[in-house]
This record gives sequence, structure tokens and C-alpha cells, in this order.
Amino acid sequence: MTFAAATAVSAAKTAGTAETHGFLSPTGVEIAFLLVGLVTLGAAVITVTTRQLVHAALWLVVALGGLAVEYLLLTAEFIAWVQVLIYVGSVVVLLLFGLMLTRAPIGRSPDADSGNRPVALAVAAAAAAALVWVVVDAFRTTVIDLDGAAQGSTDVTGSVLFRHWVLPFEALSVLLLAALVGAIVLSRKTAKGTPAPEGDR
Amino acid sequence: MHLHLAYPAVLAALLFCVGLYGVLARRNAILVLMSVELMLNAVNLNLVAFDVWLRDSLHAGQALTLFVIAIAAAEIGIGLAIVLAVYRNRGTSAVDALRDTAEPSAPDESQEAQEPDDSQEPQQSQQSPQSQKAEATA
Repeated sequence: MTFAAATAVSAAKTAGTAETHGFLSPTGVEIAFLLVGLVTLGAAVITVTTRQLVHAALWLVVALGGLAVEYLLLTAEFIAWVQVLIYVGSVVVLLLFGLMLTRAPIGRSPDADSGNRPVALAVAAAAAAALVWVVVDAFRTTVIDLDGAAQGSTDVTGSVLFRHWVLPFEALSVLLLAALVGAIVLSRKTAKGTPAPEGDR
Repeated sequence: MHLHLAYPAVLAALLFCVGLYGVLARRNAILVLMSVELMLNAVNLNLVAFDVWLRDSLHAGQALTLFVIAIAAAEIGIGLAIVLAVYRNRGTSAVDALRDTAEPSAPDESQEAQEPDDSQEPQQSQQSPQSQKAEATA
């Protein structure tokens, strides 16, 4: 690459004049991102609209897995695998446990949506319109350069995490311990010595 | 190889609004928790996309994404424990049936206060085209 081409690319990246990178000539990464994004968005919409509770949890798996693929396309490999391990592996399983422990109906449940559904639809549509308008207006000409080494490989993420972010990491471990103890205390049955509150079934 | 920043930003905004709709419209508390997860994931996608765009030397976006994922796992554990405790004590996990803090009434009346609410629900769903029309004209 000549010096002129390098300066042109850097000028296009910094100054935001991206005539060479139009929306009408997408690259392979953009096409893949768009297709996976459509699948993710569709799965998310089905998650919040379906009337079958277990299906909502299973469509959530599709949405979260699609987001993991988006992280891979953004070269954040470690976060993609953490997403698969924690969200798809444990959070959805916890949600399914919660659905079964609260004896959720397996088939269709007509009362999955509350009465303020049109208000929620209006609020969500207004928020989506405002956010998409602002975001597109602000970042229409901004281009992510994905060339070079992956920016989220395990090597990079591990060295950054344990070199610059050690203190938040340790604080987070204390928070996880507190959450563990709190979950055990909350889910434990009432002790025998104390009188049970009303309606203890 | 390049990628417009608008693609992940718009996808994150739309996912956040889908989660917002779910939080506002769902009745089962576990479905509300699923919608909260969608909103957190939208924020994570934004963090990763902007981190990759800015080429941050500290990779603050990715580190914060990992922290958000861990906090979300803790949040879902605590949230499910609360939902299970509520279900054990009340026999329901519907968020709009828990009206104890809504008005200063005795706890015995909360059981009775649910019945007129249930009878109002079909009326509200019948009124929904009118309220949509009212919002469209407003």
C-alpha cells in the first residue's frame, strides 16, 4: 500500500468522509452481520411476544447465540465464548429452572401479556425511532477497520484484564460471593424458630 | 475489511427497544427477567462495537462487557431467588398481581383486590384499539 492510499484510508476513517465505503457496496462482513442481526432481532421479538413461556426461553437462546456470532464478527473472540458459556449455558438454564419451579404452563398461556401492552408498544416504538434516528445520523459515515490482529483475542483480553482491570475484577468476585450468599438466604425456607409469615405454603 | 459502525449501533438500539417492550408488556416475572437480559445484551454489543472502533489500548469496552456479563449472571440468580420466594408465599409470579405497596390497605384485602383487576383485563383489551387511536392522534 502506497503512502497516498494509506493517508486516504486514514483520512476516510478519521474525518468521516467515507465515499469509498458506501452502504450500497457492502463487504462480506457487513452482509454476514446484517443476516445474523436479522435472525437475532427476529428471535428477540419472538421472545418478547410469544405466549408459550418455554418457547420464549428457547428463542432467547437463539438471540443470545446470534449476539455471540456478532461478537465473533467484531473480532471479540473471548467475549463471544464467554457469552456462549455464561448466557446460553447458565442464564437460560436458570430461567428454565425458574419457569419450571413456578409451575409455568407448558402450552399457551393467555395471560402472558399484561393490560398495558399498547402503551408498551407505543413507548418502545418511540424509543426505537428516536434512538435509530440519532444513531444513524451520528455514525452514518463511521467505519470500523477490522484489519490486523484480532482485538479481542484471549491473549489481549487476558493481559488487559489482569494488568489494568485487576481491582474491578477482584471487587466483582466479592460481588459474586455476595450474590451467592444472598440467593441462598432468599431461597432458603423459613427457619423453624421464627414464626412463618402469613400464607407460607 | 471494514464494517460500518451503524450496523451494530442500530442493532443494539433495536434490541434495547425490544427488551424495553418486553419489560413493559410482560406479566410473568421470569419473562420480565428475560427482557432485562435482552437490554443488557444490547448494551454489551454497543460496548464491544465502540471498543473495536476506537482501538482502545486499555480495551475498556471489552473489560466492561465482561463485568456486565458477570453482574447479569448475579442479577439473574438473585432475581430468580426473589421470584421463587414470591411464588412460594403468594402462589403467583405475575408482576401486576403484587399490589401490596400500591395503596395503604390491609394485607387481607390484597386477595380481594385481585378479582376486580382480573375482571377489568378483558375490558382493557377491548379498549386497546381506542387507546391506540388516542395515542396516534395525540
